Amino acid sequence: MTFINYASREINCKIVYYGPGLCGKTTNLQYIYDSTAPQAKGKLISLATETDRTLFFDFMPLELGTVRGFKTRFHLYTVPGQVYYDASRKLILKGVDGVVFVADSQEERMDANIESLYNLEENLQSQGYNLMDLPYVLQLNKRDLPNIIPTEELSAELLRKGEPVFEATASQGVGVFDTLKAVAKQVLTELRKG
Amino acid sequence: MVETTVIIHEQQFQRIKNVLARLCVECAARVVFLVDRDGQPIAFHGDIGDMDTTSFSSLAAGNVAATTSMAKLIGEDVFPAVVHEGERESIFISVIGRSLLVVVFDERSTLGLVKLRTKKASHEVAAILEDVKRDSEHGRLDENSFFAEITDEDIDSLFS
Repeated sequence: MTFINYASREINCKIVYYGPGLCGKTTNLQYIYDSTAPQAKGKLISLATETDRTLFFDFMPLELGTVRGFKTRFHLYTVPGQVYYDASRKLILKGVDGVVFVADSQEERMDANIESLYNLEENLQSQGYNLMDLPYVLQLNKRDLPNIIPTEELSAELLRKGEPVFEATASQGVGVFDTLKAVAKQVLTELRKG
Repeated sequence: MVETTVIIHEQQFQRIKNVLARLCVECAARVVFLVDRDGQPIAFHGDIGDMDTTSFSSLAAGNVAATTSMAKLIGEDVFPAVVHEGERESIFISVIGRSLLVVVFDERSTLGLVKLRTKKASHEVAAILEDVKRDSEHGRLDENSFFAEITDEDIDSLFS
């Protein structure tokens, strides 16, 4: 849910990175964090287990600049990918303005992608959202690995509504900002519609 | 989107700030925050030092979201207040509808005093937030036209 404060002239939006365990959601955020000027970002908060798996969420605020005199701040969240953290995932989707689905391109992760995408649609519905009405981008991550499914095949399986699709290697930053830009643009366009 | 965009006007923001300022003094708090339950910071008053208020707000909301889910698992609807007591600094969170009033206090105050004063302030904040909600739902023509004027170039310029 977008927050507009006329007194401080700020627009705040929430974007959630969703996807199966180990698909690279946190890596996306980490790359954005590492590549952003200190004045444009807050801390990267990671609520992770001892083995660095996201337990609750990762969070970073990102200031993109001003639109018509309003500071635009995007609150970026990731959800824990592991199947058993479903309760946490539902909570993080509350108040979401845009979603990035990070798919793992490796053959052996195809089932996990499909299960996670189904879980996203289900959890959005339980919060009163419909994926079809929400700003949404599909990222095909880990394109640098050898055992990957061709883009067309992955897209055919995971595309939901003609959303923008980006190939990515988040660990090297490839496709990370294109993905963020596409979803942020959709969120702001939605705001314009009122 | 299913939820209406929340629009806070200067006058409403000032009213919120006034309540927070008074609460901060009345319960001798270090700092008082008003946070949306989705993690968006709305306003604060007090000594934030070098605290990252955006992250603090997000974590406070995450904290309440988790405890609310725990409440449901044991048959409660919501825990209306959440307390964290530290050696020097403590946090008291009061849930007001879809917002949180968060008081950070130290040994200069007591939990009893904070609870008492926050209860009164909660009612005032709830009334202001009701106004905000009503105005946001109805929208206002001038604001709608303002955002309708945002161009593709404006959006693109954010990423240049």
